[in-house]
Amino acid sequence: MPKKNSMPMKERAVKPRIVTGDEFLSAERCVAIHRIMVRARVMEERMIKMSKSGEGFFWIGGPGEEAFNACLGLQVKKGEGPAFDFLLLKYRNSAAMIAMGMELIDGVRQMAMRWSDPFSAGRNFTGHFSRKGWNVVPVTPVIEVQFVMAPGTALMQKRHGGDGVTIVIGGDAGSAEGDFASCLIWSTRPGNELPVLMLTTNNGFGISTSHASQHSCEHTTERGKAFGIPGEVVDGNDPVASWFAIERALRYCRSTRRPFMLEAMVSRLYGHSSSSGAPHSGEPDCLALFEERLLAAGVLDQAALDQVHEAAHAEVEAAVEQVAREAKPTAEDVQKFTYAPSKVDSVYPGDYTGLP
Amino acid sequence: MATMVQAVRLALHYGEENLGVTDVFGQDVGPPLGGVFTATQGLKTAWNTPLDERGIVGTAMGIAYAGGRPMCEIQFCDYGFNTIDLLKVAGNQRWAAGGQWDMPIVLMTPSGSGIRGSLYHSHSFESWASRLAGWKIVMPSNPLDAYGLMLSAIADPNPVMVLLPKALLRLKGDKLIPGEPENADELKKMIDAPVGDRSRWQPRWPAIQEYFVPLGVASLVREGDDATVVSYGRTLPLCAQAADQLRQETGAAIDVLDLRSIFPYDWKAIRASVEKTGRILIVNEDTEVTNFGEHLLRRVVEELFYDLSVRPRVLFGKHLPGIGLNPVYEQNTVPQLGPIKEALAALVQEEA
Repeated sequence: MPKKNSMPMKERAVKPRIVTGDEFLSAERCVAIHRIMVRARVMEERMIKMSKSGEGFFWIGGPGEEAFNACLGLQVKKGEGPAFDFLLLKYRNSAAMIAMGMELIDGVRQMAMRWSDPFSAGRNFTGHFSRKGWNVVPVTPVIEVQFVMAPGTALMQKRHGGDGVTIVIGGDAGSAEGDFASCLIWSTRPGNELPVLMLTTNNGFGISTSHASQHSCEHTTERGKAFGIPGEVVDGNDPVASWFAIERALRYCRSTRRPFMLEAMVSRLYGHSSSSGAPHSGEPDCLALFEERLLAAGVLDQAALDQVHEAAHAEVEAAVEQVAREAKPTAEDVQKFTYAPSKVDSVYPGDYTGLP
Repeated sequence: MATMVQAVRLALHYGEENLGVTDVFGQDVGPPLGGVFTATQGLKTAWNTPLDERGIVGTAMGIAYAGGRPMCEIQFCDYGFNTIDLLKVAGNQRWAAGGQWDMPIVLMTPSGSGIRGSLYHSHSFESWASRLAGWKIVMPSNPLDAYGLMLSAIADPNPVMVLLPKALLRLKGDKLIPGEPENADELKKMIDAPVGDRSRWQPRWPAIQEYFVPLGVASLVREGDDATVVSYGRTLPLCAQAADQLRQETGAAIDVLDLRSIFPYDWKAIRASVEKTGRILIVNEDTEVTNFGEHLLRRVVEELFYDLSVRPRVLFGKHLPGIGLNPVYEQNTVPQLGPIKEALAALVQEEA
C-alpha cells in the first residue's frame, strides 16, 4: 500500500485551499478542476436535452463522476505509444477527456452523429471516445471487454521501459464479467506483473439492479487481495481525496510496474441513460458539494462560480449551433475505414468495397 | 517436404525475423510444449498464457494497440466460442473509430474434424468467422499454402484468422517451401523439438524465404470443363481425389477450386469456372444451416443463374450438436470421399 503523499512546497504556500483530512489542493488546482467539472456537466446536461429534442438519440454519460474523472484526466501522462499512459475507458469518462484537453464541441459532434465526430465519425454512442494521439483506445458498448485488453497494452509498456501505465476503468456492475477476473490474473502472472491501474467507479447500480443485491463483497478492491494487488477505496465525490488517491495509485504503478486497484464511490445523477428518462436521481452531487467548499474556503465567490457556469453554457450552445451546420455522414461513407490498406490482399488492397 | 504444422512454424519464424511479429502466445504455445500440435516450437517470441481464451484475444488486441504485432492461438476453435464478442470488437475497432486504429492481429486456431476429436475437438469455425466483418479468414489445405497464407496474415494490417484443418496438420505437401531442405528428415532434425527433455534444445532454422499467398486468391488444383467443385481445408484434397477418380473412371474433367481465403473469397475464380462448366458443387464440413457455402450458393443462383446447366448443389456437415466419438458418427456427419465422389458424379451426369 503506497504511503500518502506529502504536498509539494509550492502547493503548501498557496492559500486558500481545499482540505480533506491531512491532504489539500491549492486554490489554483481547485479552480482548474472545478472548471473541468462544470464544462463536463453542462455538456452532458445539454446532451440529455439533445436526446429528447431529436438532435441526438441515445444518451449515456458521466454526471456524478466529474470530480474523480477530472482529477484522473489531469494526472494522465498524455501521449501516443507505450512510453505514455493508455486509457481503456468506459462511457462515463467525459470529464477525464475534457481534463486531457478534449474540446466540448467534439463531444457534441459525437452526440449529434456528425461526420466530423473525431471519435467515431458519427457511428458510436456519445461518450464512446477514441483518440489515438492520446492512447485512448475505442470505447465499446460491450461491458468490461477493456479489462482483457489492458494486459496487452501494459505488457508493451513494461517491455518498452519508462513509466507508462495502462488505466482501465469499469463500473461496479461490470466487475461481474469474467473479463475483470481475467485482468486480475493476467496482470499478476508471477514474474510478469504488469503496470495496470484497475479503476472502478462504483455508483451502486447496473442499470436498475443494485450492487448490494448481487455482490457479496462490498468493494471490487477486495478481490485484488487474492492476487496480491493493493487497493484503495475513495470518496469519488471529493476531488481532494480523489486527486491524492489517483496520485498514489499511479505512482505505485509507475514505480513498481505492478497493478493497483482503486475504487471510487460515486453518484449516478441522471440514472443509467436516456433509456430511463434521465431524471435527476437526487444523489449527492459532487459539483454542488465542491462549490460549497470553494465558497466556504474563499477560493471562489458566487459571482466567479456563476461566471464559470455561464461560460460553459455559452461554449456548449455555440458548439451545438455549429455542429448543427456540420455535415452528416453520407451513404458513401458507410463502408469507409473497415480495412487498412494491405499489400497482400488482392480483393481489398485499399478499404472495403462491398462483397468480393 | 514439410508438414503443415512445420510450415506454420517456419512461417511464424519468418514473421519474427522479417515481418515484425512481437508475440506468439496462447495456452501451451511457449516452451516446453510449443503448442499441442507443435506449431510454435522453438519460436523466440513464444510464451504461455493462462487458460483463458478471452484473455488471449483481448491481450492480442492490447498488444496491437500499443504497436506490437501479435499472433495468438486458440488451442482448438471449439474453445473460441466464448470469444465471439471480442472477435467482433477486434473486427470493428478501425471502422468504429473512424479509421484511427489498425488491428494487426493474427489468430490461429485448428478447425474441423478428422482427429477423432469427439464433441469439442471437431467443430468447424469458418461459417461463424465469415460473419465477423472487419476480419479476413483463411484456411489452407497444404503446407506451402499454409506458409504463404500465414505470411500474408502477418503482413496484413487487419485482423486475420488462420483456420488450420486439424486432419491435415501432420500431412506432408508435394511442394517445397522456398528455402526448405529437400530432405524431410533433415528438416525434422532442425526444427522439431525432441521428445522428452528439451530444456537445452534450440532449433536450427533453415534459410527460408518470403512467399506470400495473396488473400482472396483461390487455387485451381484440377482443371476441367465438365463441372466445378469449390472447397477448402480438409475436404479440398478429398474433392481433388474424387475428381481424379472420376476422370480415370468416366473421363469427366472437373475444375477443383481451393478457395484458400474464406473472406475475402475469390469470386472472380468461382464465376469464371461456373461460366465455363455450368455445374457447381460446394463442399465443406461446417454444419449446414447458415453455412458459409450457402452464401456462395446464393451468389451463384442470383448472379450466375443463366450460366447454370443444372441445379447448383452443396455438401456440408449435418446440422447436429456435435460429432460423436465412435468413427461411425464422424463418417456419417461430415463429408467423406465416397459421398463427395457420388455428389460430383451426379453433378456431372445430370442432364442439362
